[in-house]
Amino acid sequence: MRIRIDEDACQGHNRCYALAPELVDVDDYGTAHVLNDGVVPDELIDKAKLIVDNCPEYAIELTDD
Amino acid sequence: MSDSTIESTSEDDFRIEPPVINTPPVEDWTSDYDIFDADYITDPVPIWNDLRGQCPMAKTERWGGSWLPTRHEDLQALAKIVPELSSTDPLVVSARDDDRPEDDRAPEGLAAPPITADPPLHGWTRRMILPTFSPKAVATYRPYTEELCHQLIDGFIAEGRCDAAQQYAQQIPPRVIAHLLGIDPDKADDFTTWVRGVLEFGLYDNNIRVKYRDIIRDFLFAEVTDRVENPRDDKLTEYLALDIPEGVDRVRVVVGIANLLLIAGIDTTWSSIGSALFHFGSHPDDRRRLAADDSLFPTAIEEMLRYYSPVTMARVALEDVEYNGVTIKEGDKVLMNFPGANHDPEVFENPEQIQIDRERNRHIAFGSGIHRCAGSNLARLEMDVALRVWFERIPDFELADPNGITWAGGQVRGPRVLPMKFEAGQPR
Repeated sequence: MRIRIDEDACQGHNRCYALAPELVDVDDYGTAHVLNDGVVPDELIDKAKLIVDNCPEYAIELTDD
Repeated sequence: MSDSTIESTSEDDFRIEPPVINTPPVEDWTSDYDIFDADYITDPVPIWNDLRGQCPMAKTERWGGSWLPTRHEDLQALAKIVPELSSTDPLVVSARDDDRPEDDRAPEGLAAPPITADPPLHGWTRRMILPTFSPKAVATYRPYTEELCHQLIDGFIAEGRCDAAQQYAQQIPPRVIAHLLGIDPDKADDFTTWVRGVLEFGLYDNNIRVKYRDIIRDFLFAEVTDRVENPRDDKLTEYLALDIPEGVDRVRVVVGIANLLLIAGIDTTWSSIGSALFHFGSHPDDRRRLAADDSLFPTAIEEMLRYYSPVTMARVALEDVEYNGVTIKEGDKVLMNFPGANHDPEVFENPEQIQIDRERNRHIAFGSGIHRCAGSNLARLEMDVALRVWFERIPDFELADPNGITWAGGQVRGPRVLPMKFEAGQPR
């Protein structure tokens, strides 16, 4: 599975980074970027779902590809 | 410390007599709500829940008139109507500068960008400050904040009681902000008075607001102009050196930004720390659970932010805006009721239950859209440190006088008097 971040929607709340620094990083301006092309290892799928459900801007999605 | 207008002013000038708020009782919250109603300040949650069910865009003519949305979806949508719903007048009650002579008014554009700005001013001023508040940058303020919290507790732990709002929560953010900006932290009490003058008492007394706004402006002008002459290793000096658009008055911009950091960074965070201590002082099961398991701090803090969201901002319509069946007329204010949105059952499971292990918590306590609180990471750090140090030193505590608690509300909601008791301990 893979996460995608809509960087235009991201407003830098940094909830994803706080919850899953293994999956995302944030730059100096707070914008989140996926790590490792967004690929989610099996053991981090629950965390990936968590960051999707906590993003205040609905900017993260989890896809099957 | 440079010479400033402050030192020549006597203590008495900083003491505020809270104005008495006389509001007629509210009969119909959908068409005549009052954010300064005593019930609304003490516990607005049932009022929001009623409104959300029957009139998701409530309206009032009180305090200059405004709209009050309560649904999460509406707050999200309204926050994105930019710049038609403008941030140029973000206080929940507008200042009435028109009462004053022209040459006595705040210089145009001073304000507090980016919070008081729409694009394009918003964008470049926000980029000036965001790096200060990245998660990695704010982590460097943890040791200072920890030591500060320990010192505050050392001051009252032997008494076995304290006012957790005034002696603890209120003392933390002004010192952290002063430390960050490079301003004397001993001015913390003055900052608190000034900010309350603008954001709390000044909301319903224009003279108080203007007086303290001017004190802050004069103080910051002195601080910033001093750094033009004498650069230091601090944020104000750093901001002065950043690239800004040609033709912009550099000092004025940095004064505006410092104004924002002071005004937005103080009673907001202290309210959150105070509300969290109120919660754990009145909910022994949650207190014991958090004291026994420090892995719960992150979710507990987000849940405190959700349930007790302190901040309501405002927007003003620059033109008529049609939204969801209502016409927000040019000049109308919209209260960005993020706190109310955080109780919306469409988004939060059992929103009236405080669950300190709530894992799915899409709250918007820090707002939504381009005005997301720029200091949110610092606020979280301060809450985290303030609660962890308190729980480490005083794991067993309870409200000393539930009827003696007072709340402030309107722009920023939180406890202002919070008597707490606990077993007396030793200073370090």
